[in-house]
Amino acid sequence: MVEAERSENHISVEDLTMAYGDFLIQRDLNFAVRRGDIFIIMGGSGCGKSTLLRHLIGLQRPAKGQVFYDADSFWQCSDAERDLMKRRFGVLFQSGALWSSMTLAENIGLPLRQYTQLNDAEIRDIAAYKLALVGLTGFEDYYPNEISGGMKKRAGLARAMAMDPDILFFDEPSAGLDPISAKLLDDLILELRDTLQTTIVIVTHELASIFAIGTNSIFLDAETKTQLATGNPRELRDNCANEKVRAFLWRGIEPVAASGAK
Amino acid sequence: MPDSAETTKASLLIERHASGVLLIQASGDWLKDADRPDSAAAIAALTQQPLPSAIEFDTRSLGRWDTTLMTFLTAVRRRADEANIPMDPAGLPAGAQKLLQLAFAVPERAGARKVAGHDNLLVKVGKATQGFLAASNELVTFLGELALSFGRLFRGKAVFDRADLLTFLDQAGAQALGIVSLISFLIGVIFAFVGAYQMEQFGAGIYVANLVAVAMVREMSAIMTGIIMAGRTGAAFAAQLGTMKVNEETDALRTLGLNPIDFLVLPRAIALIIMMPLLTLYASLLAIAGGMLAALAMLDISIVQYLEQTRSAVRLNDLFGGLFKSLVYGIMVTIAGCQQGMACGNSAQAVGQATTGAVVMGILLIVISASVLTVIYTVLGI
Repeated sequence: MVEAERSENHISVEDLTMAYGDFLIQRDLNFAVRRGDIFIIMGGSGCGKSTLLRHLIGLQRPAKGQVFYDADSFWQCSDAERDLMKRRFGVLFQSGALWSSMTLAENIGLPLRQYTQLNDAEIRDIAAYKLALVGLTGFEDYYPNEISGGMKKRAGLARAMAMDPDILFFDEPSAGLDPISAKLLDDLILELRDTLQTTIVIVTHELASIFAIGTNSIFLDAETKTQLATGNPRELRDNCANEKVRAFLWRGIEPVAASGAK
Repeated sequence: MPDSAETTKASLLIERHASGVLLIQASGDWLKDADRPDSAAAIAALTQQPLPSAIEFDTRSLGRWDTTLMTFLTAVRRRADEANIPMDPAGLPAGAQKLLQLAFAVPERAGARKVAGHDNLLVKVGKATQGFLAASNELVTFLGELALSFGRLFRGKAVFDRADLLTFLDQAGAQALGIVSLISFLIGVIFAFVGAYQMEQFGAGIYVANLVAVAMVREMSAIMTGIIMAGRTGAAFAAQLGTMKVNEETDALRTLGLNPIDFLVLPRAIALIIMMPLLTLYASLLAIAGGMLAALAMLDISIVQYLEQTRSAVRLNDLFGGLFKSLVYGIMVTIAGCQQGMACGNSAQAVGQATTGAVVMGILLIVISASVLTVIYTVLGI
C-alpha cells in the first residue's frame, strides 16, 4: 500500500502474520479501517480474533507484516514512540479488567493522573462525568467487586474513554450481557462514534451487534488460517461469495431468497 | 478533532442580560493539557441572587474541546437543575449537546452513592473485634470441616483425585529439597562455628557434635523446615485455592456434589503430613553434615570421632520427638494455607492478602505449637 493510501485510513494492516512460537494463528491479513468506522473482527471461536486485537493494541508483536496508525508504523518504531501512539487508544477488555484494588473513580483517574497535569478535583469530575455517560452516575466510590458484571463492563468502557481516545477497542463487549443491556451498549457505542468521531474496533460474534452497528468488518477463518472476507457486514450477509461467511452471518440457516439466487 | 499545533487560550465570559438571562460565552481551546479558566467562580455566579431566569450558551468562538468542557457543562447543568433554572443547550456544539444529554440520561439511583464517613475510635475497635471473632469462627469451622473430611478419608468415602495427591507430594517434597538442603546445611555450619568457638575455650570442642545433633534433631530441623514450608508451600496453597475461589472453581466442584474440602484440601494436607517428617529427617542429616564440615575445619578432630560423638549424643527419643513436632508443624502449615485460601475474598487483592495471611499465620502457629510441645516434652521428661 502506498503512503498516501495509508494516511487516508486510520488503521492499515498489511500482510500481518500472527503466531505463538511455531503455532500459526493467521497469515497474510490485509485490511484497512477508515476514520469513524465501526470495524468488526468476526469469525468462529479460536480463529484468532482476540489475538488480532492484541496485535493492534500492542500486547503482542506480529510474526510478520505491518500495522499502521495513520501512516505511522506501529511496530517499526521505538518503544517510547509506540507508547505515545498507545495513549490515543482506549481498550475495553472482555471482563472489564478493572483494577480491583481501586474504586471506579480511581480506575478512570489513573491514566489522567499519569499523563495529564489535571488536579485531583478535576480528575474526579472527569471520572464522575465518564461514569454518567455510561449510566453509572453516583458509583464513583464503588470497588469493582461490589458491582454487577454488566456494570463492570460499562465501568470498563468509562475507563477506556478516560483519555478521550481516537480509537476504542472492544473485546467481546456484549459477552455476558442480557439482550437489553447489550442493545444499550450498542446504542452507546453508536452515540459515542457520532458525537466524538471515534474510530471503533470490535471483536464480537454477536450477530445482533454486528448488523446493528458494524460499518466494516473482517472475517477470520480458523481452518484456512486467513481472512475470508472484508466489507460491510450486511453486504457480506447478502452478497458474499464465500459459503462459510454466509453461513456464519445467517447462523448456518441458508435463507430461501439467497439459496434461490444461487 | 483536528491537530493544529496552535492553541488559543480558553476563556469564559458570563453576562447577565437585563431580561434575567445568563449568557455563558466559552471560547478558545478547552483541552486537558492547556490552561483553562476557573470554572468554580462561574458556577457560583449562577446561583447569585436574584436567580437568572434562564441559562444560555454562546460557543461561536469555541475552538477544540474535550472532556474538560463537558465536565464544566455537567457542573453547570447540575447546579441549574438544583436551582430549577431552565438551561437552553442550543448554543452548544451538537456533539456537546448529545454528550450532555447522554450524561444525564440515566438519573442517579437513589441511595446508590456511598456515604463516606470516618469511624470514631470506639467503632473502629468494635469493628476490629467483630472481624477477629468472625475470623476465629471461620478458622474453627474450617478445622471442624477438615476433621470431618479426615473422618471420611478413614472410612474410604472421601473423593479426590489420586493424581492430585502425587502432584502435591512432588511439589511439597521433591521440589522443596533444594531450599531445605541449602538452609539446613548452612544452619548446621553456623551452629558448629558458634559452638566450636565457645567450647574450645574449655577444651570441649568435641561437644560441638552434641550441640549440632541434639539441637537440630530435637528442635531446629522441624522448625526451619516448617517455616520454609509455610513460606513456600503454604503460600502456594493459599494462592491456588484463593484463585480457584475467585474463578468460581470451588463453586463448580460443589455443584458436581464434590466437597471442596475433600477434593482440594485433603490431598494437600496428606501431602504435607507425609512430607514434613521426611524433609525434617533429611534436614537433620544435612545439618549434621554441615556441622561436621565446620568442626573439621576449626577443630582438631576426625570424621570418625565426630560421627561417634553424634551417635552417642542423639537418643531415639530426640529423633521421634523432633519428627512428631514436624508432623504437627506440617498440619499447622496446611491449616494456615488452606484456611486462608478457602476464606479468600473475590478479587486479585484478596488473593494477595490470603497468601500473606497464610505465611504469617503458618509461622505463628508453628512457633506457638513449638512452645506448647516443648513444655509438654519437658513435663513428660522426653
